Formats: sequence, structure tokens, C-alpha cells
Amino acid sequence: MTIATVTGKPGEPVVATKNYLTEEGVTLRSWLLTKDHKRIAILYTLSITVFFFVGGAAATLIRLNLVTPAGIFTPDIYNRLFTLHGIIMVWFFLIPSIPNTMGNFLIPLMIGAKDLAFPRLNLLSWYLYVGAGLLALFAILVGGVDTGWTFYTPFSSMYSNGYVVLALAAVFAVGFSSILTGLNFIVTTHRLRAPGMTWYRLPVFVWSNYATSVIMVLATPVLAITLALVAVERLLRVGIFDPALGGDPLLFQHLFWFYSHPAVYIMILPGFGVISEIVPCFARKPLFGYKFVVWSSITIAVIGFFVWAHHMFVAGISLYAGLVFSLLSYVIAVPSAIKVFNWTATLHKGWISFDAPMLYALGFIGLFTIGGLTGLFVANLAFDVHVTDTYFVVAHFHYIMVGGMVSAYFGGLHYWWPKITGRLYPEWWARIAALLIFFGFNLTFFPQFILGYLGMERRYYAYPPEFQFWNILSSAGASILAVGYALPLFYLGWSLVRGKRAGANPWAATGLEWQTSSPPPTHNFDKTPTVTRPPYQYRPEAEPQDA
Amino acid sequence: MPEAPANPMPEPQYATMEQQADTAAFGMWVFLATEILFFGGMLLAYTWLRASYPEGVAEAGRHTRIVIGSVNTLVLLTSSFTMAWAVHAAEHEQRRALVRLLAVTALLGLLFLGLKGYEYHTEWTEHLVPGLNFHEESAHAQAIELFYFLYFLLTGIHGIHVTIGIGLIVVMAVRARRGAFSSRYYTPVEVTGLYWHFVDIVWIFLYPLIYLVGRSGP
Amino acid sequence: MGSMRLLPPTASSHAADMDWLFAALIGTSAFILLLVFGLMILFCVRYRKGSTADRGNRMGRTWRVETAWTIATFIAFLGLYFWGADLYVGIHSPPKDATDIYVVGKQWMWKIEHPGGQREIDTLHVPVDKPVRLVLTSQDVIHDFAIPAFRVRQDALPGRYETLWFTPTKVGEYRLFCAEFCGTWHARMGGSVVVMEPSDFQRWLDSQDPGPSLAQEGEALFRSHGCSGCHGTASTVHAPKLEGLFGRPVPLEDGRTVIADDRYIRDSILKPKSEIAAGYPPVMPSFAGQIGEDDLLKLVAYIKSLADKTAGNSQAGRTAGSAERPAP
Repeated sequence: MTIATVTGKPGEPVVATKNYLTEEGVTLRSWLLTKDHKRIAILYTLSITVFFFVGGAAATLIRLNLVTPAGIFTPDIYNRLFTLHGIIMVWFFLIPSIPNTMGNFLIPLMIGAKDLAFPRLNLLSWYLYVGAGLLALFAILVGGVDTGWTFYTPFSSMYSNGYVVLALAAVFAVGFSSILTGLNFIVTTHRLRAPGMTWYRLPVFVWSNYATSVIMVLATPVLAITLALVAVERLLRVGIFDPALGGDPLLFQHLFWFYSHPAVYIMILPGFGVISEIVPCFARKPLFGYKFVVWSSITIAVIGFFVWAHHMFVAGISLYAGLVFSLLSYVIAVPSAIKVFNWTATLHKGWISFDAPMLYALGFIGLFTIGGLTGLFVANLAFDVHVTDTYFVVAHFHYIMVGGMVSAYFGGLHYWWPKITGRLYPEWWARIAALLIFFGFNLTFFPQFILGYLGMERRYYAYPPEFQFWNILSSAGASILAVGYALPLFYLGWSLVRGKRAGANPWAATGLEWQTSSPPPTHNFDKTPTVTRPPYQYRPEAEPQDA
Repeated sequence: MPEAPANPMPEPQYATMEQQADTAAFGMWVFLATEILFFGGMLLAYTWLRASYPEGVAEAGRHTRIVIGSVNTLVLLTSSFTMAWAVHAAEHEQRRALVRLLAVTALLGLLFLGLKGYEYHTEWTEHLVPGLNFHEESAHAQAIELFYFLYFLLTGIHGIHVTIGIGLIVVMAVRARRGAFSSRYYTPVEVTGLYWHFVDIVWIFLYPLIYLVGRSGP
Repeated sequence: MGSMRLLPPTASSHAADMDWLFAALIGTSAFILLLVFGLMILFCVRYRKGSTADRGNRMGRTWRVETAWTIATFIAFLGLYFWGADLYVGIHSPPKDATDIYVVGKQWMWKIEHPGGQREIDTLHVPVDKPVRLVLTSQDVIHDFAIPAFRVRQDALPGRYETLWFTPTKVGEYRLFCAEFCGTWHARMGGSVVVMEPSDFQRWLDSQDPGPSLAQEGEALFRSHGCSGCHGTASTVHAPKLEGLFGRPVPLEDGRTVIADDRYIRDSILKPKSEIAAGYPPVMPSFAGQIGEDDLLKLVAYIKSLADKTAGNSQAGRTAGSAERPAP
């Protein structure tokens, strides 16, 4: 064992007698009023899982409807389904997915802190999230919101008949949850690092979440005020987005995408962080080009604020605006490409094993590369004029969001599962699920690129018969994908009770989180660790202790 | 001493009181960054309105109550001064001065709100409240309505911030009276001060945009 | 079950150019994809746990290789950017001799008006090999006029005019969609674009209820709304004359100069105070809320028809068939 990057506990397996799961008591009250970042992370994981399956159920019904050209549901039901799917998946799954679960759990552990800087704020953020989530479900299911997650005016402000204002309020509230989380992460990363934990010794996971947090703090308030303006316009019939009232619908789109494009990076940067932890660990090699990976995250976060109008190439913006925003979109593709090259180069001359987290990570790299490359297609002015609002765009962002972020989420969940629960998951089941997800995903979404180029538009409950072939393939893929996503629910649940006990460091990984017991004690470290080395000091001969 | 000792312990995640104080102030700065973007969205909307309807905005600006607006600017600036002075008093453990200065700051804040409320009242009687009570004969009626829409939005949200600020200051004053602060521990006063100055600065931006825009030039 | 099609029909001059761009994008992507996947698979096999491959001499300094691939990707991306941008500029530069056809979107239909006064709903008839420029607007929410076979689409926004042009190159019937979500029957808002031989197209035009042309209807509206009271040739009011105006630069009171295109005419009717022509008193009342989108289009068509007429001192003679874009 050569992982003593810290002076603290040696990495010997211990059955933790004192851990965060039991230390504060096991009553419901002790969980609902907890200030422990790890318990709040668990609360988030549970609630996010619920929303993931709600949004997934909507997706399943959408794919079911599209098996036949005439559709199965009425258009109104279909329109509510994709609105439900979009709002829930974007704001109640993707945006909080990695930051609020693994980020919450791991950032203090990774930097050697006892908790986040503001534990009460952290709990408040969870309550806001849950309250907003219930409100959103109520608004969409009972009130029949059919605006799509983009709330384009004047449809949302003047024409839609559902409980749009309630849905807007829900997104407004969850926005503040995300701002509070971002604020907490930024302050924690700046002020609570253990002695010796310099910025360049931070794991990339912390850096990615830091970059994510900056976007959360700076972009989300713009969304909040924009949605508030739509709500007021709807209630009082006076506002700045409806041309009939003297307003400008493009102003809404500019404000909306000023948040929602950076939000795409909120949804993928933490995934980069997870992959940058997993790949070195299973290749037994330091991350290739650490500083490049770190700074590409920061670059993405910054440039991400200046590409929003590439969603509007046919919306009526000026020719010159189009030229500038397309160029900036090509610029931001470069740091993303750098990351892919660096992960690949990390494999070079490694000592590679293929445990489930690594399978997810490799799947992520492949799918994200396809998603990123098709991003070049849609960032291309002339090409976008043909495919915007078609399934090409739908496929592109699902490759990033689902192929990328959800793979990273599952990869991270498996990788840190022993740390979080103190148990090992069943390896073979996990590998089967990873493979099912990879193949199911490609079968679902690759045909959609072709559909998009053929001209199948988004948000259509019915379509011309010549598109049916690819739609059936896609729906078939979706059913495989659904099985792939449901599997972990069972075997991970099983492992909670029957899984083998995990030692403190089953992967022989570097990083402070592995230096404390599994599950960690409430205050994380018995003695504040001191860091003396950069991260990812892996060597091929350092094998996991657990065969 | 009725309340806490002068040497309180930091919360468990901090090593020292200094680290905790630093962190709290830093947290407030990050929060203010969020706030800037929050108002930024509305200011962008304002910019759009002015670019689209320059004359309407100018005409609407001439309807505003410049006297009330100016007095209110003075009131808020003065309150920022007393707030800064209060932080200074906290730093030097001048407890009575601290309590009084906080009280004066809170009162000035209330005065601001009172004047603002009166201003709203006159606008209601003049039918200048979009959506609820708006009637305007001018050729620029639509632009004027949109101007007042943003006016109520901006000043309303600013007013909510002032109200929260007053609440925080009152809490600080009560705690200061009980002797909760010392020269080693006055972070809450400092952080409240930061917030109050921010609220003040926002007003400094709103004042010209609302009251002066229609009155400049020929 | 539908067939396994891979490409939509290619039926406009732009569509062929677009497919080449598509091919280039696919080529570049395939190269990068093969590189990444190839290396990943190669490394995963060769450096799998327990293999005997040589792992000595690892790369220590990474700066050089990092910089190299950063610059290489950037240059490749820039090439694609310029290609797409060039085509995009083309999409935004309609030829001067394009025929203008007016399109109004409303929940959930497309109302189309030909310059000769022929009207159709959800079907657009156009002649082959002749450039056509659509002037799009919407009566309610945002719609989008999309013709995949031509590889073009454009949002139709309430309260303003957007344009879209194409030259069909193949006779046939192609799909027309609404591509911006617009409510319940969004998926059913569409129809077809019928490309015909010019002679067939002429026959089709003749077979339609001729009715008055757009410009003629506009002229009637011009009188009934009282526009002619001030802008008419006999008027004594000091109002700008509209003959020979369309397509020409107009100096404004605030020193700017704008081109009198569809948008300018529309805004002058609805928001007369926003862009006042230099030398004229701002006395015109706004017609916002009094004239529907259909009628506005007719008025614009009428004023456009005056472009070739001489009025007083204006230097007429130049043909201004369509609006010019402001020079960059």
C-alpha cells in the first residue's frame, strides 16, 4: 500500500463502529433536522431517485406514443408528458444530480473538512428542492402545464391554459435551492481546505463542482427573475415579452438561454469531475494533464456565459449575432475536446481493470464524444438552420445529458457506493447494467439523429409515416434502457442489506475521502489530515486489497 | 453580562473564530454576486425598454416624483453612513454607540419605506399602476405602462430587500444590547453591514434610471 | 412500417450545398471518433491489468502534446465554422428578383397569400427554378416555417416580419412543418410545398379565384383607414410621400438612416413615433390594435407596389422589387 498521501489513518480496512448513519440517532427526526452534509446528501439521493423515475416514466410514455405515426395519446396528454419530462429531468434531476448528492457528500471529505461552510443553508436547500418538486408535480399533473420546459412566450404567458404560474414558481424555488448549494460549495472550497490542500492538489471533482457552482450562483438568478416576469405577465396582462403588450418575445429567449445554456454546463461539468476520478483509479495512473483538465473546466464555465444565442439561429436574431455566437460555440468545443483527449491519454501505459465504475466511465467518454461532436453540427450556422427544433437536437443533448451525465452519475454512485454505505455492490450485476445502459442508450438515441436530419420535428405527438422505422428502433432501445436503469435499484438495494462489508479503501484509491472509515464518522476525520502530495499518485503495482 | 461570553466557540466545521468570521463575510460576498445578477436581469429588461421606446421612457420618467426620490436617496446614503459607523463601533466594543447607530439605521430604513409607500400611493391615485389601475392618454401610453411595470418591479424587489435589511439590523441591535458582540466577535454586524450597503448601492443605480432619465437633455 | 430512409429529398439549390456541409461534418467527426475510440480500445486491450506490455518511459511533460491537440482541434473547428457561416450568409441574402409570398401563422394553420391575390392554407405552390422569398409573421404565438427538403426554416414571430428564401430545383410535393411548439395541435400544423413547372404554376395561379391583388386590396385599405388623407398626392398635410419609397434609405430625425423595408413600413404604421423621417412632424397616430396582420401585409404590399412610381421630386427609375438588407 503506497497511498499515504496524508498523515492520518492508514488505509487498513476497518468496520466502522462510529459512523454518520447511526451516530446522530436513527430516528426520522434526526434525519430531517440533520446538518450533516453526508446525511443531507442521502436525503438528496433518495428524492432525486424518485424524480428520476417520475421523469423516466414520462419518457417511457413518450416513446410508447411515438411507436405509431398517429400517436396513442391525445395531443394534450402528450404535450403534458414532454413538459413533465423536461421540467423534472432538467431541474429536479440533472442539475442537482451529481452536485447535491456526491458533491454534498464528497467535497468536505475530499478537501479534509468536517462539513460544508453553512450546514443549515444546506438543509434549507434540500427543503426548497423537495417543496419545489412537489409543487412542480402538482402543477403539471393536476394543472396540465403544456409549455415545454422552455416556457417560450407569448405561448406560456398568454395562450397556455395550465397552471403555468405554479410551475414557474416551482422552478423559481428550485433555482434558489441551486443557488444556495453553489454558494455553499464556493465558500467551502475557498475557506475550509485542510492544511496543505493547495488549489492544485484539489481533486478534479472538487474543481468541476467549483466551476459548476460559479455558474449556479451567477446564472440562476437571471432565470429566477425571467420566470417571475413571465408569471407577472400572465397574471396582470402587462409585461415585456408579449408583442401585443409592447414587449418582445426574443427578449425572453435571450434571458432564458442566458441561464439555460450555462445550465447545460451545470449538468455536465460535475460529470467530468466524476470521470476524472474514476479513470486514474482504474488505470492506476495519474490523470494526464491535470492542469489542462482543471482549466478547461473553468474555461467552459466562463465561455459558457457567452454562447446562449446559438439556441436562436432561426429565432429572428441578426445575421451578425449569429456569426458571433456560432464562433464562440466552436471555441467552447475546444476545452471539451481537451478533456476527452486527456482521459484517453490517461489510459496509455496504465494497468487497466474493468470494474463497473470504469465501464460507466468508458461509456461516458464514448457517448460524450458523440454528443460533443454533434454539438459542432448544431453550432454550425447553416446546419442548425436545417435541424434546430428537430430530433437531431434532441438526440444531441440526450447524448450529453443522458449518455454523459447519467452515465457519470451511475459511475460515481458505484465508485463511491462502498464509501457512502459501507457495503460493496454485486460486481457482475453492475457490469450487466452498465452494458445494458450503453447499448440501450445508443439504440434509443442514435436513430434520432437520422430522424432529425430527415426533418422530424420535436414535440410532435404524431408524425408522417415515413419516419416510423427509426421511431420504432428508438422506442425499442428505450425499453432496454429502462431495464438498465431499473436494475441498479434492485441490486444496490440488495447490497444495503446483504452486500459485503467494504473496507475504508476498497479501490486502493488516493484522495482524502478514502482515508477515513466507510461509512465515515459524522465529523469525517478523527484528526484533521495534512496533505503533502498532488492528487492521483497511482502506481500500477498498487492493487486493490480486496480480490 | 446578560448573554453570551465574549469568547464564543466556533461551529464544529471551523478551526477558529477568525476562520468562521472570514467565511461568513465571504459567503455574503458570494450571495451579493447572485443578487447583482438578479437585479441585472431586470436592468437588462429596462435597457431593452429604453432602447425600444426612448420617448415613452423619457415621458414616463417625467411623471416620477423626483423630490421623493431624491430625499430617499439622501436617506439611504445617510443610513449607509450610520451603518458603517455602527460596524466601526462594534469593532471597538462601543456597545451603546453600536446599539444607537443600528437603531438610527433601522429608522432611516423605515423612513425610506414610508416615503416609498407614499409615492406608491400618489401613483395609485394618478392611475399609474400597470395591470391594476392604469389609465394614460399619451401617445406613448404602452411604453409608459411598461416603464411603470418595471418601476414597480425594481422598486418593489428593492423594497423587499430594504425590509429584510431592517429586520436584520433590528436583530443585531437587540443582540448588541444583550452584549453578544465583542471586538473579537462581531461578524454578524459586519455581514449585515455588507448587505445594507449593497441595498444602498442598488438604489444608487435605480435613482438615475427612474427619476433622472426623462429630465436630462433638452 | 415506414421505409428505412437516411436522407430527406434534396429539392432546393441550398439543399445540395447543405448536404456537402453535412458530409464534411460527418467526415471530421468520424475521424475524431475513430481516433478516440481506436486509442481507447487499443489502450484498454494492451494495457489491461496483468498484460505484459511495456509500461516504461511514461510521458512526463504533457504541455507540448496538450498544446498540439488544442491547436489542431481549434483549426479544424474553425474551418467548419467558416463553411457554415458562409452558407448562413447566403440564406440571409435573397436575390433581388425573388418573388415575395406572404405567410401568416396562427394556431394551427399557415395562411399564404401570393402577390397576385391568390390565397391558400397549409399548402404552398411555387414554380421550379425561380427564387421565392417568404415574408413570415404570426398572429398569436411563435411558429416556425420548416421545409426539410429545402434545408431551411425560420421562426414566425408575432409583431414582426422575418424572411426566408429558397430556389426550388425539383418538381414535386414536399413536407411543410411547424417547428416551434405552439400548443395543442402543433404536430398537425403543416402541409406541403408543391413545386411545379413554371407553365403548370401559371395555370394553377390562373385557376385560383383571381380576386384583387394584395396591392389592390392594400390600396383600398389605404383609403378606408384614412392613410391617403395625409400621404395621398393631393394632400396638403406635410407627410412623407410613399411613391418610390420602398427599398430606399430614409434619413431619420435622430440622424440614423434606415432602409424602407417591410419592417420599417410595418413599424411606421404601428409605432409611428419610433422612427420619424427627418423633416416631418411626428403627427401620425399609431394604428396598433386597429389593423390585423393580414391587412398589414396588404398595406405593405401596396406601398411596395408604389416603389416604381414617381412622386414629385423623387429620383425614380431604379427597380426595387424586394427589400434590400442594410449594408453591413
